[in-house]
Amino acid sequence: MNGLLPVLIIATSLVPALVTFFLAKDQTGWRNGLNLGGAVLKIALVGFMLAEVGAGTLHETRFLLAPGLALVLRVDALALLFVTLSAALWLLTTIYAIAYFDGTRDLSRFFGFFSLCVAATTGIAFSGTLVTFFVFYELLTLSTWPLVVHKGDAASLSAGRRYLAYTMPGSAALLAAIVWLESAVGPIAFAQPAALEAVDETTLRLVFALFVVGIGVKAALVPLHGWLPAAMAAPAPVSALLHAVAVVKAGAFGLARVVHDVYGIERVAALGLATPLAFVAALTILYGSARALQQVDIKRRLAFSTVSQVSYIVLGVALAGPLATIGGLVHLVHQGLMKVTLFFCAGAFAERAHIHRVDELAGIGPRMPWTASAFSIGALGMIGVPPIAGFVSKWYLGIGALQAGQPWVVGVLVASSLLNASYFLPLLYRMWFLPAPETLPARGPDTRALERPLGLIAPPVATALAALAVGLLAASPISPLAWTTLIVEREYAP
Amino acid sequence: MTEPLDTAALAAALAVALPLAGALAALVLGRRAGDVIVVTGPAMALVAAALIAGIVETGPARIAVGGFAPPLGIALVADGLAATFVATTLAVMAAALAIARGGLVARLRETRRGYAFVALAHLAWGALNAVFLSGDLFNLYVALELLGLAAIALVALEGKPETLAAAIRYAWFALTGSLLYLAGAILLYSEAGTLDIALTATRATESATMLVAGALMTAGLCAKTALFPLHAWLPPAHAGAPAPASAILSALVPKASFVVLARLWLEALPAIATPALGPLLGGLGAAAILYGSVLALRQERLKLLVAYSTIAQIGYLFLLFPLAGGALGTQPWAAGAWSGAMLHGVSHALAKAAMFLAAGLVLARLGHDRIAGLSGLARAMPMTAFALGLAAVTLMGLPPSGGFIAKYLLLVAAFASGQGAWALVMLGGGLLAALYLFPVLGRLLAKEDPEKTEPAGPPPSAAREAIPLLLAALAVALGFASVWPTALLAIGRPGAAVEGLE
Repeated sequence: MNGLLPVLIIATSLVPALVTFFLAKDQTGWRNGLNLGGAVLKIALVGFMLAEVGAGTLHETRFLLAPGLALVLRVDALALLFVTLSAALWLLTTIYAIAYFDGTRDLSRFFGFFSLCVAATTGIAFSGTLVTFFVFYELLTLSTWPLVVHKGDAASLSAGRRYLAYTMPGSAALLAAIVWLESAVGPIAFAQPAALEAVDETTLRLVFALFVVGIGVKAALVPLHGWLPAAMAAPAPVSALLHAVAVVKAGAFGLARVVHDVYGIERVAALGLATPLAFVAALTILYGSARALQQVDIKRRLAFSTVSQVSYIVLGVALAGPLATIGGLVHLVHQGLMKVTLFFCAGAFAERAHIHRVDELAGIGPRMPWTASAFSIGALGMIGVPPIAGFVSKWYLGIGALQAGQPWVVGVLVASSLLNASYFLPLLYRMWFLPAPETLPARGPDTRALERPLGLIAPPVATALAALAVGLLAASPISPLAWTTLIVEREYAP
Repeated sequence: MTEPLDTAALAAALAVALPLAGALAALVLGRRAGDVIVVTGPAMALVAAALIAGIVETGPARIAVGGFAPPLGIALVADGLAATFVATTLAVMAAALAIARGGLVARLRETRRGYAFVALAHLAWGALNAVFLSGDLFNLYVALELLGLAAIALVALEGKPETLAAAIRYAWFALTGSLLYLAGAILLYSEAGTLDIALTATRATESATMLVAGALMTAGLCAKTALFPLHAWLPPAHAGAPAPASAILSALVPKASFVVLARLWLEALPAIATPALGPLLGGLGAAAILYGSVLALRQERLKLLVAYSTIAQIGYLFLLFPLAGGALGTQPWAAGAWSGAMLHGVSHALAKAAMFLAAGLVLARLGHDRIAGLSGLARAMPMTAFALGLAAVTLMGLPPSGGFIAKYLLLVAAFASGQGAWALVMLGGGLLAALYLFPVLGRLLAKEDPEKTEPAGPPPSAAREAIPLLLAALAVALGFASVWPTALLAIGRPGAAVEGLE
C-alpha cells in the first residue's frame, strides 16, 4: 500500500488552484504554466497508477477528521476509470479554455475554481467512505458555482441561482441519507460491505430514495435535471466541465458507488429498488432525447442530450448483471469523450462564426472542416453508429439487459437511438449539405481564419479521434472497455 | 487535582490578568494605544498555548484563588471547554485589534474613541476569559457583568444617535438578564449553601426553590445570548457598532453566556434538570434557526444580514440540550452533541468575525454596505470577497469546514437518539443559510454597475485584507483538523455531556 500517491494526484490540481487564485491578472504565463503543468503531471501520475492498480496494488490514505470519522482516499479500478477520464479531459479543456478566454478578465479566479473543480472530482473518485464522498461532492458544487456565474451578467446569475436551487436541497438530502445510515451502523467505507442487515427495510428504502434524490441532481435524473439546460449561460469550457469532465459524471459515479459499494446490487434488487431506478433512468433517457429534439439552441440541444446520455450509465448500474454494468460504466468514459467534443465544437462555432442556433449551421462544414468533422464524429457516436464509442456502450447495455431478464430495456435503447438520430442528423445535414448564408465568408483563403487559434480546434479533434479510437480498439487490452471489464470482474462479479 | 502554580494554573490566571493590563496600557498610551496588541497578541498566544499544553498533560486544573478552597474561596477551572474558547477568543481579538489598528483606531486617533476601542476590547477580552475559566456562579456573574458593560460601550463607541439607541436597548436586555441571573444565584445559594459549580453539583437536590433558581438563571442567560425570542436587541447593536467591535460582539460575547448556561445545566445542576428542559431550550434554538434565517433573508444591508445570521447560528448551540448524550457511547463519536455544539461555537466565532471584518473593509471602501451595490467587488477586492465566500461556506455548514464537522456531529446525535426532527431543522437551517448568503456572493461576482459611483475610501492594504481571509481560512481548516479541538473539548467535559440530561 502506498498512501502518498492519491494525495499527490489530488495535489496536482489542488495546488495550482490555490496558487492561481493569488496570481495577478497579467501573470498569464504563470497561470497557464501552472495549470498545464499540473494537468500534464497528473496524467503522468495517473498513468503510473493505472499500471499499479492493473497489477493489483491498492492505494489507500487515511486522515482523521474527527474522532471516528476519517477522510479516506482509496484507489480502486472504478476510481481510476473516472480519474483517467477527468485527467485527460482536464488537460484538453485547459488548452481550450486558454484559447477561448484569451484576453478576457478575471482569469485567475476562473482557472483557480476550474482546477479546484477537477481536484474535487478527483477526490470524489478516490473517496473511500461516504463522508469523504460528501466532502468532495460539496466542494465540487461550491467550486462549480462561481464558474457558472463567471460572466456576471443577469443570465449567468440566474443560471447560478437555478444551479443552487437544485444542488443545495440535493446536498441536504444526501447528507440526511448519509447521517441516517451512519447513525445506525457507524461510518460506512466502500471497501467493506456495511452491516445494513441491522437496519429495517423501510428505513433502507427511504435512505436509498434520499441517496437517489441527493445524487440524482448532479446526474440530472428527470425531474431533477432542470439546472443543466439553464447552465448553458456559462462559457463553453464550463459546459465541457459540467457535461463531460466533472459534474454530471460525479452524479453517475456516485450512484454507482451507492448501488454497488454501499448497498450492493443484490440488496438493492432484494429491496425491490433496482427496477424502479432502472425505470427512472429509462424515463430520463427518453425524456431528455425528446426535449433535445425541440431545442433550436445548439447548446441547449446538447444539454438535453446529456440528460439523456448520462442515464445510460445509471441504467447500466441499476440492471443486475455484469454485461449491463460494463455497458453503463464504460459509457462514463465514452459519453465524456463524445460530449466534450460536441461542446468544444459548439463553443468554436459560437466564438468564431457566431453560430448559436441549429438553423445557422448551414454550410459551416466546408468552412470549418476540422471542427465540423469532429462534431460529426461526436454526434454519430451519440447516435450509436459503429465503430464509434457510443455503439460499444449501447451494445453492452442491450446484451446486458437481456442477460438480466429485462428485455424492455432494448426497446428503450432502440427508441432513444432513433431520437438521437432525429436530433443530430439534421445538424449534420445542415452543416455539410446546405448552402451557406451570405453572412459567412465565401470559401477561399479567408475561411481559414475561422478555424483559429489552434487551441480552440485541436482539443475537439483530439477527443473526436479518441472517441473513434476507443470504439475501434474496444477489444484491445488497453481500452476503457477492457478496464471496465476488469472492474466488473474484480469487484462486481456475482 | 493539581497543586497551584503549575503551568495551567499560571496560564489561567494570566489569561484573565494580561488583557486587563492591556486595557490599562491602552488608557495610558492614548494615541499609541493601537500598538498594545503587538504585545498582548503574542503574549496571549503563549498563554493559550501553555494553558492547552498544561491541561492536555495533567488534565483539567482547579485553581483556588488566594489559596482558599471553595466554599470559602473561589475557584478558576481550566478544562478543555475553557481552553478551547480562550484560544478562539485570542484569534478573534487579535484579528479585530490588528485590523482596527490601521482602520478604526487610526481614523479616530484624534479623539478619545480610538484608544477607547483598544481599552474596551481588552477589557472584554479579560472578561471573556474570566467567564470561560470561572468555576463559581458568582464569579461568573461578575465576569458577565464586566463583559456586558464593555460590550455596551463598544456598541456606543461611534456615538451616533442610532448606535446610542441600540446600545441602550442592549443595556436593558443585558441588565435585566444579569438581574435575573443574580436573583437565581441568590436562591441557589440559599438552598445549596455554595456557588461553586463542582460543589453545587454534589449538593443540589430537586426542590421548587432550586427549579425556580435554575429557571431564573436560564432566562437571564438566554437574554444575554440573544436566544429567540429575546434576540431583538442584537441586530441593531451588532450591525451598528464599528466593524472590529461587531466582530468581537457577534463572534464571542453571546458564546460567553452560552458557555455559562452549558456549565449551569450540564455541570452544576444535571441532577435537577427536568425532562422538559432539553426540548424547551432546543425548541427555542430551532425557532431561532428558522426565524433568524428568514429575517436575514430580508436584509438589504450586509452588516444587518450578518447580524441576523448570528441569531440563527446561536440557535444551533441550544440543540446541545436535547441532544447531549445522543449516541451514548455506542459510537466512536460519543458525546457528539457536546463536541458538535462547542465546535459550532468556535467555527461560528471565526467565520462571523471574518465576515464582520470583511464587511468593515467593504464599508470603508464603498461608503455603504447595501448588498445591491456590491456588484463587481470580487474584482475590486478579491481577497475580501474570498474571505466572505469561505466564511459563508462555514456558516452554511458545508464541507470542508469546521461548521460541517460540527453539524455532522449534531446530526448524528439527533438521528442516533431517535430525534430526527432536530436533524430536519438543522438541514433546513443550512438551506436557509445558503438562501441568504449565496445572493451576496452572487452580487460580488456580478458585473460592475455601469453607473458605478466613485469609491468613498482608498483600497485597503493587502495586509488588512488578509486578516479576514486568514480567519475564514482558519474556520475552513478547522474542518480538516477537528480531531484536536474535539480531543481538547473532551478533557474535563461534564458527565452529562456523555449521558445526556434527564
